[in-house]
Amino acid sequence: MSEHHKESFITKYVFTMDHKMIAKQFLITGMFMGVVGMLMSAIFRVQLANPGESSILYSLLPGAWLNDAGGLNPDKYLALVTMHGTILVFWVLTAGLSGTFANFLIPLQIGARDMASGFLNMLSYWFFFIATVVLLSSLFVETGPASGGWTIYPPLSALPQAIPGSGTGMTLWLISITLFVVGSLLGGLNYIVTILNLRTIGMTMQRLPLTIWALLITAILGVLSFPVLLSCGLLLIFDRSFGTSFYLSDIIINGEALHNEGGSPILFEHLFWFLGHPEVYIILLPALGIVSEVIAVNSRKPIFGYKAMVGALLLIAFLSFIVWGHHMFMTGMNPFLGSVFTFTTLLIAIPSAVKVFNYLATLWRGNIRFTPAMLFAIGTVSAFITGGLTGIILGDSALDINVHDTYFVVGHFHIVMGLSAIYGMFAGVYHWFPKMYGRMMNKNLGYIHFWGTFICAYGVFFPMHFLGLAGLPRRYYSNSAFPMFDGLSDINELITFFALAGAIVQVFFLFNFFYSIFKGTKSSQNPWKSNTLEWTTPVERIHGNWPGELPVVTRWAYDYSKPGAEEDFILQTEPLKEGEIEH
Amino acid sequence: MDIALKNTVKKQLLWVALVSISMFFASMLSAFIVEKGDVDNWKNFSLPTYFVLSTGIIILSSLLLFFIKPALKKGKSIFGLVFIVLILGLLFSFFQIKGWEQLTNQGIYLTGIGSNVAGSFLYILTLTHLLHLVGGLVGLCISTIKSKQNLYSINNYLGLELTSIYWHFLTILWIILFTFLKFY
Repeated sequence: MSEHHKESFITKYVFTMDHKMIAKQFLITGMFMGVVGMLMSAIFRVQLANPGESSILYSLLPGAWLNDAGGLNPDKYLALVTMHGTILVFWVLTAGLSGTFANFLIPLQIGARDMASGFLNMLSYWFFFIATVVLLSSLFVETGPASGGWTIYPPLSALPQAIPGSGTGMTLWLISITLFVVGSLLGGLNYIVTILNLRTIGMTMQRLPLTIWALLITAILGVLSFPVLLSCGLLLIFDRSFGTSFYLSDIIINGEALHNEGGSPILFEHLFWFLGHPEVYIILLPALGIVSEVIAVNSRKPIFGYKAMVGALLLIAFLSFIVWGHHMFMTGMNPFLGSVFTFTTLLIAIPSAVKVFNYLATLWRGNIRFTPAMLFAIGTVSAFITGGLTGIILGDSALDINVHDTYFVVGHFHIVMGLSAIYGMFAGVYHWFPKMYGRMMNKNLGYIHFWGTFICAYGVFFPMHFLGLAGLPRRYYSNSAFPMFDGLSDINELITFFALAGAIVQVFFLFNFFYSIFKGTKSSQNPWKSNTLEWTTPVERIHGNWPGELPVVTRWAYDYSKPGAEEDFILQTEPLKEGEIEH
Repeated sequence: MDIALKNTVKKQLLWVALVSISMFFASMLSAFIVEKGDVDNWKNFSLPTYFVLSTGIIILSSLLLFFIKPALKKGKSIFGLVFIVLILGLLFSFFQIKGWEQLTNQGIYLTGIGSNVAGSFLYILTLTHLLHLVGGLVGLCISTIKSKQNLYSINNYLGLELTSIYWHFLTILWIILFTFLKFY
């Protein structure tokens, strides 16, 4: 594997074991699923603005999904909401983000030829791909896809006869997510072992770029929490298909009393959220890692508080395992236990604040370059603060109970988790596009993309907090049956306007991305004048990354604007000068 | 990548995978504890005697694996040893199934009208352990064939070493499951 070798079309683009190509496979699949998920949200937002009415957007849907008036069927609305959540959480922000940047950056930034196991890496993508096909196929079954929400709580998910979406669609959802988890675990094993073993000479853990620290901790979180989702799903499969009662008890459906006794749907919630909360950080930490790199590079300053940043990542990861109960304050939890979960949840504010402070301190008096990547990185920090503040409200059991299952929650998690992560992902794509494709993306289209997305996203999610405070429940097909919410319909229309505008803005990104792959300005070897190792590889992609010997690292990744240096950046491979003190 | 590093990498991949599998079983046991605390009609049961037998068998199989390295050091054939471990693994699986038969005779079922969550958990825990054990049996089959062909030496027996680590893990896991189911 040490040198570039001849590849056929199949081994280069399809069953490739080159980490860079696998990263692109994850990225393109993630982008495709992002478009699918976004279109779904556009469709159900139109429904929320004009309940039950026809729309031109519905021409994208099979006819059976519509009612006689040409409006969206209520059960299909629920299916779209469920699939949107599933796709965005798992397909885009987990595999699309982590799969892309872990695969792309780990070997390049630690100075390795490839991942520890190229074969496992390839398998990881193909499990993900098959999971994608299975999930999408559920859109075409007669009873529709899963529709009990992306959290698939039983009993809706455990009884195939409960609602149309509990049938074949739910079965396909479970198969798909199982394949997805297997793929994620294979990827995670590889990332951890690669980082621990294949760092080049001189690349000590203290010299690792923060992107790698974030990806390492993300992988550890995945390896520890995804198996719990598997066990949670396994018990659900047994309840659905084999008649066990892990999550079911005392149920009468269509006048028929089921035999199930002794189970508890709350058990499902415990298991699901034991994965579910670390999953928030599986999504968020890679974005924060990317942002650390992009902000330092474009501020032309060393990252502020490197060790504190690593410590904060570790603390966030640890705490993420002991806060799952804050998703369950409404389940009749003992108030004392609720207060324990409130305490552990609010503790996360400390490492989060450390990170935000350090980002701002890095920006402070920096020689800032407002590239599209930099704007999205700052956008990540902004969304992390905005969404984090409402997290303090939801983390407090006494306050959470008042807004539980309302649009307040929807607004909160879309900003803190969705926007932060997707901005981080965009930052990463704009920043490393030259390394991926050897060409530059168009800056002006990038600016339109950023400002359009930024304005529209806040236009969508900020008003949702007010809807939630007014008591508007989430997941409802229509609120027209509740006169007390009549006054909120204008806000819903406004949100839908911004949602559709935000979707249109993404066309600029998609055009820019695909156009630039073929026609973008050719990139130089190190267009951002960055320190990390990936920018020492040739512009042309080769399997094995470096044509000759592996680079030797002599300093950390953040020697920007170092006093006495000739330029405002120093590559990690540049030996220390006589008398020069390492950071 | 040189051979020593390659071996280290492969071993670490296995170790991380074992941590992941441990989390799977830890969550299952946590679910068991939560459900037992919540459920009014939890049915207490005694473990089948076959499980005691299978516990002894898997411990013996694991102990035998410790003789492989000294045998390789002395240049002796290890075929017999690996083959016996494989047979013990198959015996363990057989007794697990016999244990399930004993359970159904006691009226404890995995599923159905007469089933109880307690019994379902017992079946699921032992079943998932057995499914993981199938992976170990495949590894032992390959190791048996390779040892018959004398493909292992003290400097080259990574596949067997990985299988042994996995097998020891399954033994420890079974002891934990057995102790838990017996005394909790």
